[in-house]
Amino acid sequence: MTVKTLDSAPDPTAVGAVPAATPGTAHGAAPEVIPPSGSLQPSPARWRALARRAAAQLGSAILLLWAVATIVFFLQHMVPGDPALAILGGASANPPQETVQAVREQYGFDQPILVQYVAFLGGLLHLDIGESYTMKESVLAVIGEQIVPTLQLTATALLIAWGIALALTLASAGRSGLVGRIGSAIEVVFAALPHFWLGVVLLVVFAVVLQWLPVVDGGPLGLILPSLTLGIPLGGFLAQVTRDEFDAALREPFVLSARSRGATLHDVRWRHVLRHAALPGIALSGWGLGSLISGAVVVEVIFSRQGIGQVLVSAVTAQDLPLVVGVTFVVALVYVVANLLTDLAYVAVDPRLRTSIGRAS
Amino acid sequence: MTPPTSPTPLITAENLAIAFDGTPVVHDVSFTLRAGSCLGIVGESGSGKSVTARSLLGLNSSNATVTGTRLEVGDDPLTATDLLTATEEQFRRLRGSRIGYVLQDALVSLDPIRTVGAEIAEPLRLHGVPRAERPERVRELLAAAGVPEPELRARQLPGELSGGLRQRALIAAALALDPEILLADEPTTALDVTVQAEILALLEDNLSEGRAIILISHDLAVVERLADHVLVMREGRVVEQGPTREVLTRPQHPYTQRLIAAVPSAHSRGERLSAAPPQQILPDRTSQSERPVDVGPVLSVQGVSKSYRGPDGRDRTVVDDVSFDLHAGETLGIVGESGSGKSTTAWMSLALTRPTTGTVLLDGLPWSELPERTRRARRRGISVVHQDSLGSFDPRWTAGRIIADALPADVPRSDRARRVGELLDSVGLAPEHAARHPLSLSGGQRQRVSIARALATDPEILVLDEPVSALDVSIQAQVLDLLGDLQQALGTAYLFISHDLGVIHHISDRVLVMQGGRIVESGSADEVFFTPQHDYTRQLVDALPRPRLEESA
Amino acid sequence: MTLLAPAPDTALAAEAPRPPSRAARRGPLRRPGVLLAGGVVGLVVLAALAPGLLAHQDPLEIDLAASFDAPSLQHPFGTDQSGRDVYSRVVHGAGQSLTIGLGATAIGLLGALALGLTGGLGGRFADVAVTRVIEVLYAFPGILLALILIAVYGNSALTQMVAVGVASMPGYARMVRGQVLSVKGSLYVEAARSLGHSPLRILLRTILPNTFRPLTVLITLGIGQAIVWAAALGFLGMGVQPPTAEWGAMLNAGRNYIQQAWWMDFFPGITIVLFTLSLTVIGRHLQRATDSGAAR
Repeated sequence: MTVKTLDSAPDPTAVGAVPAATPGTAHGAAPEVIPPSGSLQPSPARWRALARRAAAQLGSAILLLWAVATIVFFLQHMVPGDPALAILGGASANPPQETVQAVREQYGFDQPILVQYVAFLGGLLHLDIGESYTMKESVLAVIGEQIVPTLQLTATALLIAWGIALALTLASAGRSGLVGRIGSAIEVVFAALPHFWLGVVLLVVFAVVLQWLPVVDGGPLGLILPSLTLGIPLGGFLAQVTRDEFDAALREPFVLSARSRGATLHDVRWRHVLRHAALPGIALSGWGLGSLISGAVVVEVIFSRQGIGQVLVSAVTAQDLPLVVGVTFVVALVYVVANLLTDLAYVAVDPRLRTSIGRAS
Repeated sequence: MTPPTSPTPLITAENLAIAFDGTPVVHDVSFTLRAGSCLGIVGESGSGKSVTARSLLGLNSSNATVTGTRLEVGDDPLTATDLLTATEEQFRRLRGSRIGYVLQDALVSLDPIRTVGAEIAEPLRLHGVPRAERPERVRELLAAAGVPEPELRARQLPGELSGGLRQRALIAAALALDPEILLADEPTTALDVTVQAEILALLEDNLSEGRAIILISHDLAVVERLADHVLVMREGRVVEQGPTREVLTRPQHPYTQRLIAAVPSAHSRGERLSAAPPQQILPDRTSQSERPVDVGPVLSVQGVSKSYRGPDGRDRTVVDDVSFDLHAGETLGIVGESGSGKSTTAWMSLALTRPTTGTVLLDGLPWSELPERTRRARRRGISVVHQDSLGSFDPRWTAGRIIADALPADVPRSDRARRVGELLDSVGLAPEHAARHPLSLSGGQRQRVSIARALATDPEILVLDEPVSALDVSIQAQVLDLLGDLQQALGTAYLFISHDLGVIHHISDRVLVMQGGRIVESGSADEVFFTPQHDYTRQLVDALPRPRLEESA
Repeated sequence: MTLLAPAPDTALAAEAPRPPSRAARRGPLRRPGVLLAGGVVGLVVLAALAPGLLAHQDPLEIDLAASFDAPSLQHPFGTDQSGRDVYSRVVHGAGQSLTIGLGATAIGLLGALALGLTGGLGGRFADVAVTRVIEVLYAFPGILLALILIAVYGNSALTQMVAVGVASMPGYARMVRGQVLSVKGSLYVEAARSLGHSPLRILLRTILPNTFRPLTVLITLGIGQAIVWAAALGFLGMGVQPPTAEWGAMLNAGRNYIQQAWWMDFFPGITIVLFTLSLTVIGRHLQRATDSGAAR
């Protein structure tokens, strides 16, 4: 059993590998320390510690967003071509030279790049990312409109993934023989399915051949196939991690101990082991949501869905810098928030961290 | 001990045999257990003692088959359960309510992410105690197990409790349904000696209340303290059984005799513990054939302290003003419980940890204060043997490579293989062992490899940090004998760290007792243990479950 | 003479004999799954090295009369919009796709080693900095990076390689850093120090080899991932351009004809699935073998 600290995030490349654990904080650290009476009541020191922790997290989130914005800004400036032309409808529109020049001055493209950067950061501070070059609309408005279907898609996919992971784990983890092996095989296959292929197969089978579901639909029915496409591979991945931990937890002495007090195997699986098994999966969910957003780009293309992915693809190709920055920003923000939520969920399931935060004060 | 009160036994086992996947691991075990009595089962790893115990609860893995002529629980023939034919459901009704089970180390035997109270309440829930009554019952159970502030403890996680409290909580959980039998499998093994004494006292209380106990342990002294009747097991067979006093004072079977002789203690000083012949050590002292004859201490620790900055920003002192000298060829034992600072002291002697204040001299020359670069050349004079030898080996290397890696750079390439062979030989291993990976070696063999590596640099000083703590008693005996032989032949000085008073008394010339980072008592081994001056030393010595056989020996 | 002579000093620390795990009980050759996976990987490698052995038709030969032919004996995977044989294209595409996957993994690993070793060995400040960089790379959606890189440098196998490599970097870097730190803190490094070995010797002979050891498993798993990511880019039209036979590009071409010629996407897709699946099976097998072989 390893204890993970809050920021121990996962490694996406290690299929089924539990992330390298950071040194245990809660257990083993001070086994002989008996907390004084009443240590469970939130003391001022503990609140201070929590506040400091929150402040640190906020600080690193801001740092992260700044870094992401900076990288995007400079990367986008490396894209060949004149943004002024992009604003005027692309090179093919062939606008007169004076108009191009006017636009350059209006947007400040004639300024040195560092000046543009400072202006850009200034805009960010006011939450003003600007106007999309191609859509002639506020970036926030474009994103606000397009983020909703993407979030619907990814949230549903995450739910599906957890459903698959829990169902597979409970049905087959820790069981010997055929059941366990089949469960394990399903997970490996699920995890290996690429979105672009799974999406196409689901689309052809259920929408084209069987015609059970619409090919393109903005409603809840249209959500089924895309979210399955996103959720199944992640579900397989989570299930592998959950199963490994489930198997490991089943071998822990506390399981034997619980059974020796009359608990049935069913009790043990549901009340003890499942909680342990869910921990690494929860730690991975923040990363999982991030990967879902990347996956959403592909899925939105396959199912011709509205969403941030479609916006991103067209914005990059059209050199629509404000839109690219906006999308990147939102995606990074989603990542930050998802990791925050993951932390909270982790602490909710693993009470050891609650006390270790208090103790570290 | 209370004499047997019930005419019919609570547990009857006749010709019990257990096999895993058809491979027999326990053969022909028979015993009975009566109310108010304690049956001890003694044996080393692989003796089948835990497997035997688990068969009473049906908790062996599903590939185990239990056979025998009789295996019953219950003193009333009408309600007795035949365990040989029992279903999982029957076993389940037995667990907790008729037989309580206590495992070693509650840190892993209680669910680390559930509160202690939830763990104890679980059997209550399973047996239909209404939710509203459970907290009160949990409180009573914890209090009965000697846990202070039971309400608070019930709300804490196992990891927040000290080892002793945790073990009490585990016992409270096992007793939640008031079973008539308590099965305790190494209940005190990971605990400090003073805490062990408290837990044994708790078990004794239960015994005098009329509960029957099966006590499984590798430790003869623990069994001796509680059991009326003892079973000595070896490789799945009972080699000897009878009243405890008789078995331990007049053992009939050679194995029991060897087992008892292997326990290091005051009596074994200067005697061999194992039956293995003394190790012949080649006096191949190419580099340092002539040691300087007594030119003062080889290691001198002068007023060292070590403190660490805690997470709260305050300094925690783990070693406080410790001084001692180690002379050539002698063994200085440091004994103390967990957290006493004994390992940190060893680490500072090795100059792997820099003292906060104070200094360490090696051969009368500055040691701890040197920069690591200058120190490196002199490191060959002081070697270390760790408790976790496996962890101290590079996981990629064979035993031979591990030893060769420690040879000084000036040993010519052509000589290295021969030196490795000699070193293996001097620790009682065969040349073939050089090609083996440590994972395929036994615990005792690994410790021998570790000793060979430590000797490879021909050191004057060997720091031994709990070197035998993870070993079975008979293996421990062999390793301790080996260390004695090596010291005699090579004249190496030992700084021997252990929590085990018996081991320390057996091997040490002089002893330091550490508590809370300080040396509370020092002197010759016999002085310290026979006439302890400091309260803490007395407490330690008194806490030892002293085998009664000592009196008659 | 005593009965105790060879003490029962068994290597088994646990008293209760546990059934050995399935992986331990059966070597790689006795596990049909692993054997099958090895076969698939072997076939793909053969296709990459000598495609002519497996497919006799020209992957670029256009036969408009035979366009959109469903799978048949002559065209087992059907034909595409220009009547090219999909099977031959899948076989001939293996080389490109495998190169991209291997190249991307190499780029990702090299970057990760630079980051991870700096973080793990460079002291506190370097470690904090590296942790931040990894964090930023994580927050940066891999696909966006790829999109921009491709917008800057144009569609090519090299861009695809770099894009996928950079996207996989934070994952590897985190692993390398974690592994370096855990090896650095291990008892065997402490033991090497106590033997008086120099820091350089400890680094070269103990820390680095033990850091790299578990990476072999990761690489096996990572190559499959890289191929999938590269194919996803290809699928979006951001990779090698048609008519070159490359799996991602084939997927992209097939995307437009999903409803009338499902085989154009299905067969390159399932080849990728089978290949990555096989790598996963082998990787997991290696992982179990190292886990049970060297407890750490």
